[in-house]
Amino acid sequence: MSEPVVWLTIFVLSVFVGIEVISKVSSTLHTPLMSGANAIHGIILLGAILVTGYAQTTLQLVVGLVAVVLASVNMVGGFVVTDRMLQMFTRRRPTGTPGPGGDGARR
Amino acid sequence: MTGTPVWAQVAYLVAAVCFILALKGLSSPKHARAGNLVGAVGAVLACVVVFFYAHLDHLVPILIAIAVGTAGGFVGARRVQMTQMPQLVALFNGVGGGAAALVALLELADAGPREPAFTLVATAFTILVGSVSFAGSMVTFAKLQELMTSRPVVFRGLPVAFGAVLVAALVLAYLTVAHPGSWPIEVGGVLLALVGLAVGLLLVLPVGGADVPIVISLLNAFTGLTVAAGGYVLGNTVLLVAGTLVGASGTFLTKLMAAAMGRSVGNILFGALRGGSTLGAGTTSDRPVRSAGPEDMAILLNYASRVIVVPGYGLAVAQAQHTLREVVDLLGERGVTVDYAIHPVAGRMPGHMNVLLAEAQVPYEQLKEMDDINSEFKQTDVVLVVGANDVVNPAAKTTPGAPIYGMPILNADQARQVIFMKRSMRPGFAGIENELLFDPRTTLLFGDAKEMLGKLLAALKAQ
Repeated sequence: MSEPVVWLTIFVLSVFVGIEVISKVSSTLHTPLMSGANAIHGIILLGAILVTGYAQTTLQLVVGLVAVVLASVNMVGGFVVTDRMLQMFTRRRPTGTPGPGGDGARR
Repeated sequence: MTGTPVWAQVAYLVAAVCFILALKGLSSPKHARAGNLVGAVGAVLACVVVFFYAHLDHLVPILIAIAVGTAGGFVGARRVQMTQMPQLVALFNGVGGGAAALVALLELADAGPREPAFTLVATAFTILVGSVSFAGSMVTFAKLQELMTSRPVVFRGLPVAFGAVLVAALVLAYLTVAHPGSWPIEVGGVLLALVGLAVGLLLVLPVGGADVPIVISLLNAFTGLTVAAGGYVLGNTVLLVAGTLVGASGTFLTKLMAAAMGRSVGNILFGALRGGSTLGAGTTSDRPVRSAGPEDMAILLNYASRVIVVPGYGLAVAQAQHTLREVVDLLGERGVTVDYAIHPVAGRMPGHMNVLLAEAQVPYEQLKEMDDINSEFKQTDVVLVVGANDVVNPAAKTTPGAPIYGMPILNADQARQVIFMKRSMRPGFAGIENELLFDPRTTLLFGDAKEMLGKLLAALKAQ
């Protein structure tokens, strides 16, 4: 196989994996899904590090560093905020809490 | 991936699998958090690996830049209120797209015109779409943060301007790819980026506030595809796989959301351009409505046996989720069956209301999706609408000319009684009047949602 075809193969298979994985997510978690996917494309940080590391001129270095900052914000912020949201979904209310806010509404 | 040692390629494969697991984890609320952590580990792994084989220069400035970005992202993510989540997602998405465009620009300047044509196509794509994503996301952010009007911004000649920049983008992309040697290639790249910014700006300006969430999702998909193309340019598999995953899932989610609003993606993006506004007039009439105090509402709720709560963005703005939960819990203790009916686009992005109620520790078993609960409104004694409007507006079913016509709504109009908790008679995000407010079965409770729910709670306790 020629190299572009190898890349095309990876691309097409990834499309199917992406759709397959997402179609099972309930609408309850659509907001964390969006912010989680958002965090994943923050991996462009890797690309930003690479091009900045090979910068030849000061201008290239500056542009590269801006890209590194932006990509780090995207990646780190994305994962942290997704974690914050998901934490609220996994946290269970302690059973048997006295007073209002207890078990009453759970039937 | 020439130049990348095998061990590093394997590490990239591991990182890619981590991303798939992160998305897969979201299939259940129980495993979602662990999945996200796996994804984060994968991302860190991939970014650390590069330092060990690539013989990079400028290590110190790079590490400082990473520290700065990490601190910024971390603080932003910790500080943001759950109500502001859509803005934050838009912002993070925009900076990601911007970073991808800059990376491609540098790669173009570095490699020059001798690259194979297909690589040049991918580079041009990354610069262009990354810029679109950046500018579009920033406008989206400004709209949601109310730095500018959330109404569609349309001016004479906008369709022409949009068409012109689109053509300019295609021509520039063609020139960059087909005649790379005819001019300094960096100039072509920068022009492409500028045109991309213009496209992003003009794409999002005419979109009305209620449709902005769909635009966020679409731009998220754009950034994903941009990163994927960037992965091809740099010869890096993990970028390709991660970007494609996000691109595919984002596109899928966008279609899902558009379906939840009963409209096509094209109609959402270009509806305002074609002349038909995506927003109503935003005016109110002064027809009489029936309003009452919290005490009367308490009696109504206390004697009901089936109650459905319809929460909307107004609830979150008033920070009244906790008080609402207390009211629901108290009613539950008294034997009233209460559920929350969650419209797919309740809040300002899909699933937003679920996050807001989870923050108030409402068990997610009580949160019912629209399709599951819509048949139950007929047997419901009281529907309590708190800070929602458009998602219960019967005009979506009855008025073909209405901007929200065709959007599936919660059938609150089928219940025996409806209580609307509203600050004023102002229309909802879509800017149209709600007939349900004037229905004889409807009672309005004017005031701040938190204050009114507090009074309602006190009145309920007193009975």
